[in-house]
Amino acid sequence: MKNFEFEQELDIAWCPGCGNFNIRTSLIEALQELELEPEQVVISSGIGQAAKMPQYIDVNYFNGLHGRALPVAVAIKAANPDLTVIAEGGDGDMYGEGGNHFIHNIRRNPNIAHLVHNNMVYGLTKGQASPTSKKSMQTPVQTSGVANEPFNPLAVALSLGATFVARAFSGYPEQTKEIIKQAITHEGYALVDIFHPCVTFNKINNFKWYKNNCYQLSADYNRNDFNMAMEKALDVEHFALGVLYQKQGQPTFEQQLPVYQNNQQPIVHRKRDLDKVSELLSL
Amino acid sequence: MKESISIVLSGEAGQGLQTIEEFLVASIAKEYYVFSTKDVMSRIRGGNNTVQIRVASEKIYASKQTIDLLFLLNDDAFERLRTKVTKGTVIFGKKGSVKASMLEECEASFNELDVEELAKEYGKIYANTILYGFIAGIMQLNKDFCLQQIKEKFQNKSDKIVETNQKAFTVGFEKGQQYTDLFNIKSLVNPAPLKVLDGTNAVGIGALAGGCNFIASYPMSPGTGVLTFLAKKVKDFDVLVEQAEDEIAALNMVIGSWYTGARGLATTSGGGFALMVEAVSLSGMTETPCVVHIAQRPGPATGLPTRTEQADLNLAVYAGHGEFPRVVFAPGNLEDAVLLTQKAFYIADKYQVPVFILTDQYLLDSMGQMEGITLDETYLQDSIIETESGYKRYQLTENGISPRGIPGFGSGLVKVDSDEHDEAGQITESFEVRVQMNDKRLRKRAGLLESFAEAELIGNADYNTLIVGWGSTYGVLKEYVETNTDSGVAFLYVKQVYPLHEKLSTYFEQADNIIVVENNATGQLANLLKIELNVSVNHSILKYNGEPFFVDEVAQRLQEVL
Ligand SMILES: Cc1ncc(C[n+]2csc(CCOP(=O)(O)OP(=O)(O)O)c2C)c(N)n1
Ligand code: SF4
Repeated sequence: MKNFEFEQELDIAWCPGCGNFNIRTSLIEALQELELEPEQVVISSGIGQAAKMPQYIDVNYFNGLHGRALPVAVAIKAANPDLTVIAEGGDGDMYGEGGNHFIHNIRRNPNIAHLVHNNMVYGLTKGQASPTSKKSMQTPVQTSGVANEPFNPLAVALSLGATFVARAFSGYPEQTKEIIKQAITHEGYALVDIFHPCVTFNKINNFKWYKNNCYQLSADYNRNDFNMAMEKALDVEHFALGVLYQKQGQPTFEQQLPVYQNNQQPIVHRKRDLDKVSELLSL
Repeated sequence: MKESISIVLSGEAGQGLQTIEEFLVASIAKEYYVFSTKDVMSRIRGGNNTVQIRVASEKIYASKQTIDLLFLLNDDAFERLRTKVTKGTVIFGKKGSVKASMLEECEASFNELDVEELAKEYGKIYANTILYGFIAGIMQLNKDFCLQQIKEKFQNKSDKIVETNQKAFTVGFEKGQQYTDLFNIKSLVNPAPLKVLDGTNAVGIGALAGGCNFIASYPMSPGTGVLTFLAKKVKDFDVLVEQAEDEIAALNMVIGSWYTGARGLATTSGGGFALMVEAVSLSGMTETPCVVHIAQRPGPATGLPTRTEQADLNLAVYAGHGEFPRVVFAPGNLEDAVLLTQKAFYIADKYQVPVFILTDQYLLDSMGQMEGITLDETYLQDSIIETESGYKRYQLTENGISPRGIPGFGSGLVKVDSDEHDEAGQITESFEVRVQMNDKRLRKRAGLLESFAEAELIGNADYNTLIVGWGSTYGVLKEYVETNTDSGVAFLYVKQVYPLHEKLSTYFEQADNIIVVENNATGQLANLLKIELNVSVNHSILKYNGEPFFVDEVAQRLQEVL
């Protein structure tokens, strides 16, 4: 019995064959292998098929609103840095509705892992284009095909100074698990864009397509080389899998907060002093 | 209206009006009762801004419309103030700052005073210190105290700056002494020691008193002052301050902070709160507490950014989709700005609901004197529990309150969901559970009414006319009933505007004539009284030009319907 698994049987709302199942296994194993306790871990998620993830893991969670997992996650980590915090959701959730938060939290560099299930489509609302949908893909809404250029989350994250940028594919669960582990242990904001097939609504980017269009970063790839990472991120013909970039030693959001400068105790555990407040009212 | 003198300083942004206001109010407060307020244009430099300082020998909490002493620091300002100038107004200004024809028309008297000219040998920036001295001279304020204040304000700059300011003050003071006959308010022999404060600081202090240790906000006037206040207190009070990327993020962060066990606050104005509405229902559904300070200004949309209005009551009461309980407090004075803000954190924590503190630009930007109050230690007590394994976040209970755990405290897991959920926090589509959960949330209303912030009746308990007000109209209405010779009038100050307690009905049953005074165009409280308590009001007195009500104005408008 694994720590993060439920005892009773689960009624999982994903379609049979969906890539989310593999991501779930990778995530549970990653948490397990990092020897974390469920009480120490919080998953903050938005809305969508991907965002249902914490429902299927035995862990603390805040399953909030569409696009809003990041602000919640950042606040949780800041209020109690002792917790391990993961923000999770789909590409529509994180890059579309939550695009502003995505941009600004990279700038904050909070010590959280950001897992985005990228199936290049909106699953839960039945197949509309997502920000990462391929150009000219036809959907019930984009009836003449998607006209917009796909959003490039890795290049955006790199350009804004993200300290950990990675891409995984749910078809390779072992590697996905390893990347998730590294993202969780990375000190600072860690983006993992996880490709996975939506077997119901995305007939273009299916399992085979991902296999054919993705390749592994070579064993001697230097993840500290920003220019190389950017070059890899900008290549949208062939998609590199692995950790494209990592920069260690950057101060995190929490570390820079004045409340933690001389006192490591999480603010949620600190005593409050009413007498000191009363002084503000004395003459 | 109480006997008082109103001093108006008119200048442009950047001329240091606020510094003189702070100096004057602090030194006047040593010998008189004082209330001051500002009228500011939405620009950083130039324009016409005014500060009105009202002085009396009795307690006052509001400003009056007419000007007694007017100090013009720049030209062209007079036209805007024309309607507030009377025969009795005495104007001081540079030669030519008021057109002769205009002066003749309003019959006010004019005295030449060129503070910039007087400041010449010290430098133009000392003009406002000269004016401070001049006014202090007219009022014969305690000179030593004034000089001491100057010292305290500038001592970390340089001795030279302190000295020059003190000299400039003295030049003004001596000149002002020639006009002491203009000021005939009796000073107090033993003035009660009262704290001088503005509404913004009062809300900020209330937040700290409520245990606030997290604030995430996006700047918007007039809500920003509270963010700035808490930012200054980061070190002393362990407050985590974050400027969010937008209001949506701000309130989601605040909710995240409460989920983790902090006491978070978001401060904004109506326009920013409009963006937070989505997160308000998140708080309602997940039963994660939150506190939002909504500082009203005139809308819709960007409206009048620097002016005042009470038109966001509907927004606060109805914000969010779906049905869930919430509380709206509307402090009308400094004491309540502290106490209700403190209480807001406690109520949010105890009942796990969103709580709103509804203020406005007028209350926040006004300075007055505050009575001594005692902060309630019990408001700091958390209702957070240590969880055990198998903990259920949404346990069904009789009073609707499920024991609230936080992650990492205890062996249980805290599972919170914005979808409808079962007791364990798992998504459910069971019709039955949906009804149980909705009922559970709505059951909290009873508790919220139990801790109802009592309304205050001011004036004769034997009234037959009841004036009703909320928020910042408190001051003018209190002064009206305190000075009104018709003893059949009382004022009901409603501090908790939602939910309204049934027991308020007895106040209305006694009255033949119910008049609601509100700083909006549609009578939002009057409508709420009808919906919540089935009270029909006889008259609504409304104002929505961006200004607050003035005491003399309210008296006149009330006379019309009495
Ligand atoms: C404010 C808001 N707008 C829209 C929706 C409807 N909605 C739910 S999920 C979703 C998109 C999901 O797409 P994605 O994030 O890519 O996740 P997936 O379902 O593909 O895993 C949308 C638009 C919502 N729940 N809330
Ligand atoms: S709709 Fe697509 S993403 Fe959602 S569960 Fe089915 S296959 Fe997976």
